[in-house]
Amino acid sequence: MTRTNLGMPSFPPFPEAAGEAVRDEVLRANLRRATHTIRDKRARAVTELTDWDRLRAAGKAVKDHTLRHLDHYLLQLEASVTAAGGTVHWAADADEANRIVTGLVLATGEREVVKVKSMATQEIGLNEALEAAGIAAYETDLAELIVQLGHDRPSHILVPAIHRNRDEIRDIFRSEMASWGRPAPEDLGDDPRELAEAARLHLREKFLRAKVAVSGANFMVAETGTMVVLESEGNGRMCLTLPETLISVVGIEKVVPAFRDLEVFLQTLPRSSTAERMNPYTTMWTGTTDGDGPSAFHLVLLDNGRTDTLADETGRQALRCIRCSACLNVCPVYERAGGHAYGSVYPGPIGAILSPQLRGTGSDIDATLPYASTLCGACYEVCPVAIDIPEVLVHLRERVVQGGPATRAGVRVRLRPAHGHTAERAAMRAARLLLDHPGALRTAERLLARARRLRPRRLPGPGRAWTDTRALPDIPAEPFRDWWLRERGNRH
Amino acid sequence: MRVALFVTCVNDALYPRTGIAVVRLLERLGVDVDFPAAQSCCGQPQYNTGYRREAEPLLRRTAEAFAGYDHVVTPSGSCAAMVRAHYPRIARQAAREGRGSGLERLAEEFVPRVYELTEFLVDVLGVTDVGAYFPHTVTYHPSCHGLRTLGLGERPRRLLAAVKGLELVALPGAEECCGFGGTFAVKNPGVSAAMGADKTAAALATGAEVLCGADNSCLAHLDGTLRHAGAPLRTLHLAEILASAEEDPLP
Repeated sequence: MTRTNLGMPSFPPFPEAAGEAVRDEVLRANLRRATHTIRDKRARAVTELTDWDRLRAAGKAVKDHTLRHLDHYLLQLEASVTAAGGTVHWAADADEANRIVTGLVLATGEREVVKVKSMATQEIGLNEALEAAGIAAYETDLAELIVQLGHDRPSHILVPAIHRNRDEIRDIFRSEMASWGRPAPEDLGDDPRELAEAARLHLREKFLRAKVAVSGANFMVAETGTMVVLESEGNGRMCLTLPETLISVVGIEKVVPAFRDLEVFLQTLPRSSTAERMNPYTTMWTGTTDGDGPSAFHLVLLDNGRTDTLADETGRQALRCIRCSACLNVCPVYERAGGHAYGSVYPGPIGAILSPQLRGTGSDIDATLPYASTLCGACYEVCPVAIDIPEVLVHLRERVVQGGPATRAGVRVRLRPAHGHTAERAAMRAARLLLDHPGALRTAERLLARARRLRPRRLPGPGRAWTDTRALPDIPAEPFRDWWLRERGNRH
Repeated sequence: MRVALFVTCVNDALYPRTGIAVVRLLERLGVDVDFPAAQSCCGQPQYNTGYRREAEPLLRRTAEAFAGYDHVVTPSGSCAAMVRAHYPRIARQAAREGRGSGLERLAEEFVPRVYELTEFLVDVLGVTDVGAYFPHTVTYHPSCHGLRTLGLGERPRRLLAAVKGLELVALPGAEECCGFGGTFAVKNPGVSAAMGADKTAAALATGAEVLCGADNSCLAHLDGTLRHAGAPLRTLHLAEILASAEEDPLP
């Protein structure tokens, strides 16, 4: 069975990667500033709408309905796209999608493509696959450009360069732009307008030259075959309208039944993601039109673990995700760990439930991701399609420690518990036995009280992490139940 | 009205002061409190760590221990949230998997009778001024499960604001998690410690003498962080402040 690729090939377990990130003061300051700014703005943008709760419920309902009848809507979409002059390709995994796109680009005779910011192409590692085939892929989203020029990885869904500050971006532009195209001005400063202008000039060359563009899509409308991309910068629209060939790689869960369903998401997505009432650019296209826009359109429908996820009753709600990243911005764990610690292009709370479902819980990183949360619930509260992320986290924790049924590559399998939880499992069972026998519990509590002066300052084993940064609570002279017995026991 | 105290396992073993405070407070308000000895743990540590099946017998024990009481009061938003949000779910799933006979009915019967302390005071007894006296500056941290799962809202702050002599100061970033998260504190020590450090720094910056909360697990993490750093800030459970009275004030 091939492993689903999510854009980051190998990665250490979450606690290790996050523990390291937490010590990076610059990273923490960058993340704190950015997440706090956007979370406050989002809260204000959402409060403006009196019917937010109903929009949220409607978005959830549309997505759930579509997922329940996904086969039907995908076939309808294929027919609509084909009728409108496009070509539909089906890709079971990242390798197949990359093969299809690479083949399509090579067939045009071109050796470079411009790219619209897209999570699906990040997920499958398309840029690397194209590069291996001798094709240069240029990211045109400002933040993606920063990541690409910096030989870096994205650390946020919406703001892939969130971990970088202005100084760092100026340095990247100065040292790297020249090797990709038009160099940055010699005296480039760190003023946002100056940085944006340097990027604009650098990218303009690419837009005007490119014959092939690659994009994703935020939504696909089954009834009309319409693709929808929402963005803030307008760079996407340049790519979607100027080239001759347009190739869109889109996850199968992005389909919605009808054009009117967009009404809900065009309100909830921008407010949740950029805190804008409406995003500046919404580009829609349906197949091809003579003399207007690309003359060839290919849609690559990507599975890459999605139908396996759909087979799980609790976990499938992750497929409702519209990639707004509100959950990242509000998550106290993401804020401190940074996006790279999550080991996939989907960081934060949504990444913690999506990656272990798309890839399976077999690797160290995927077995630790469901634990990368305090279950504080802030992510669920802000999610515009009401994904109960804490519920799915607990569900996946169970899969990790106790095993259970799952679907991998379309086959129902029974997962064995992940390794390394034997001691924990034994402790949980022992605790349960104790807690389920109050007599034994009372004895244990009394022993604890009697041994209170022997309490160590530092604990061994897994408890050491606690005493490294925290003092242990004092052990009381008697447990509550003994006080009760002594003081009130005779009454009842 | 038959009212039972669900003290919770953490309070029973480590924070008996909180349980004693609840008993004194409720008795002062004229409530006849009982403590069913068959109670132990709600099963949250098991459930949240992924051992759902280990939590099932504890669900049964807890629900059975409180059978026959009109109201079950607990000084823990987290344990109340476990019961209210997850017991029905656990029972349903157990039934689907062919285990836990009668668990669904037990949960259905038990869940509506469980109240977190501030809910019981404000919603059932209808009081916000409980006649407490505590002449100190206090800042309040609303723990996540009470805040989001139970939706306690302003109840705790209203109760605190009515305490004679108490000055309540706002905690910046109050709604952000303290970083405890049960086994999270052990499994992700780096992030947990960083969150605890930020939360205690925010509390210290308020200039308050006391950091108050309604969940001793979160407070254990915060108090441990403060004491490890030698910081001059006391942590107290809300119940202890509400139980403090002019004739017998909490020092």
